Amino acid sequence: MTTNRRDFLRQAGAGMVAGMLPMSMVKLSFADQQQDFFFAYISDAHIQHIKGNQFVRNWDQGLIRAVAETNLLEPKPDFVVFGGDLAQLGTKPELDHGAEILSGLKYKTYAVMGEHDYYLDLGDYWSELYGDQYYSFDHKGVHFIVLNSILTYDDWTFERWPTAEQRMLEMAGLDNPNGSPFMVGDKQLKWLENDLSKVKKSTPVVVLSHSPLQKIYRGWNFWTEEAEQVQKLLKPFKSANVIYGHVHQIQYNQIDNIAFTSVMATAWPWPYPASYAQAESHLPMLTVPINRADPFNERDATGWQFINMHSGRMDMHFNLYDNANRTVAFNRERNRPEDIKYQPQSHRIPPQQHY
Amino acid sequence: MKKLFLLLLGCGFSTIAITDEFTQQDVNRWQAQFEQVASEGRALWISADLGKNGVACAQCHPNAADTHPETYPKFQKQLGRVVQIWEMINWCIRNPLEGNVLAADDPDMIALQAYIYKERRGVALEPGKH
Ligand code: HEC
Ligand SMILES: [Fe+2]
Ligand SMILES: [Fe+2]
Repeated sequence: MTTNRRDFLRQAGAGMVAGMLPMSMVKLSFADQQQDFFFAYISDAHIQHIKGNQFVRNWDQGLIRAVAETNLLEPKPDFVVFGGDLAQLGTKPELDHGAEILSGLKYKTYAVMGEHDYYLDLGDYWSELYGDQYYSFDHKGVHFIVLNSILTYDDWTFERWPTAEQRMLEMAGLDNPNGSPFMVGDKQLKWLENDLSKVKKSTPVVVLSHSPLQKIYRGWNFWTEEAEQVQKLLKPFKSANVIYGHVHQIQYNQIDNIAFTSVMATAWPWPYPASYAQAESHLPMLTVPINRADPFNERDATGWQFINMHSGRMDMHFNLYDNANRTVAFNRERNRPEDIKYQPQSHRIPPQQHY
Repeated sequence: MKKLFLLLLGCGFSTIAITDEFTQQDVNRWQAQFEQVASEGRALWISADLGKNGVACAQCHPNAADTHPETYPKFQKQLGRVVQIWEMINWCIRNPLEGNVLAADDPDMIALQAYIYKERRGVALEPGKH
């Protein structure tokens, strides 16, 4: 089935979409105009080619809807980030189709590399579309860093697989025991150290990566091999923040002065690692899980987010299709991100009980 | 029937194996049979050909997580009745995989369940739990 964007927009209808946006969208008031702004974040679209001009309808719909809704934000976001895994198997038709949908965004768009975009041609075609795989930029007093954090050991990338297609398939299987842990790599670590050395410690820093930059569960690559080294580089900064994709679920954490928040996928949600009974995992204690998904509703527990930065910290608004919207805001008193509604144990509800 | 059996036993049919007697070798063979079917289930789990759109179960259920076999049979609110797990497997084949449903006793359906249960081994039975 091919997707028809016009049909979708007709179904969604501006009124209906606006009605689904949280009210806080409309009036954001900032204390310090200099560093306060907001941007949108869309991630993990996993555009999947069937054959010819056919793509998996389900995943197309998730991304089309995110683009349509993001375009309706008022006031307008300063920019949008796409957090990686635009494609499912890294092919040109998938990246082209995904890029075409994303090009509907009316805002400047930054892109982050995901493993599903990378392991067919090691990022060549993606780079033709989106440019550098790691870079930094400054926006209204905040230093943003984009990393390609889905690299891995050279031996795995260059020696192990007879074809590029097989390499891509092996990395695409989340639970594949033949996979390999995500890495930033020495070259990029050096670049990061050098980039950060030019930034004042009082400047807020936001790192955008595909993998978590913390170690949660290696079996599903909710993991970055050099997490400690990256964290060490971020530690001297007064307000360091990390936003990551890949996990297709709500996660947030605070390690020293580094606030971590994940973003949702537009394609499909993932179980929390603890629901795999045969392995130990380390979901941050702080995280209040998303409400369990209803399999009868194909968009449930997918979505996109908008983020307001204020004085160097961020409030993450999860705009979840068919699931309760969530806001994880930085609590300055307790110096950590917290869900503004469900954080205390006594406020949690049965659908947040995953097993 | 029972009487006859006792009678036959009593007569000392020592050359016929007693029905409840099995060796470690038997146990190993039966386990291997199960493992074989479970590994066929794993192959189907990651297969792009179980459905029709190239989507595989593993894309959304890594290690068969979030399939909760220990909770079946249970009331599925969207179906309005108590169902067995194979009905939910068929739901996911039909919808996210846009494929054709399997019969309850289809070897593929049994293999999928062997894999699901294997990944969930050790978890206590909780029939009916949502
Ligand atoms: C698009 C993602 C997606 C795909 C692909 C998918 N499922 Fe599901 N499935 C779900 C979601 C979401 C749930 C609800 C999970 C929960 O209860 O938390 C679910 C629920 C289930 C359940 C019931 C779980 C319960 O708790 O009662 C079973 C069984 C199941 N899936 C089996 C399968 C099988 C077998 C396949 C492959 C044929 C498959 N699924 C493919 C998303 C998917
Ligand atoms: Fe992803
Ligand atoms: Fe990923």
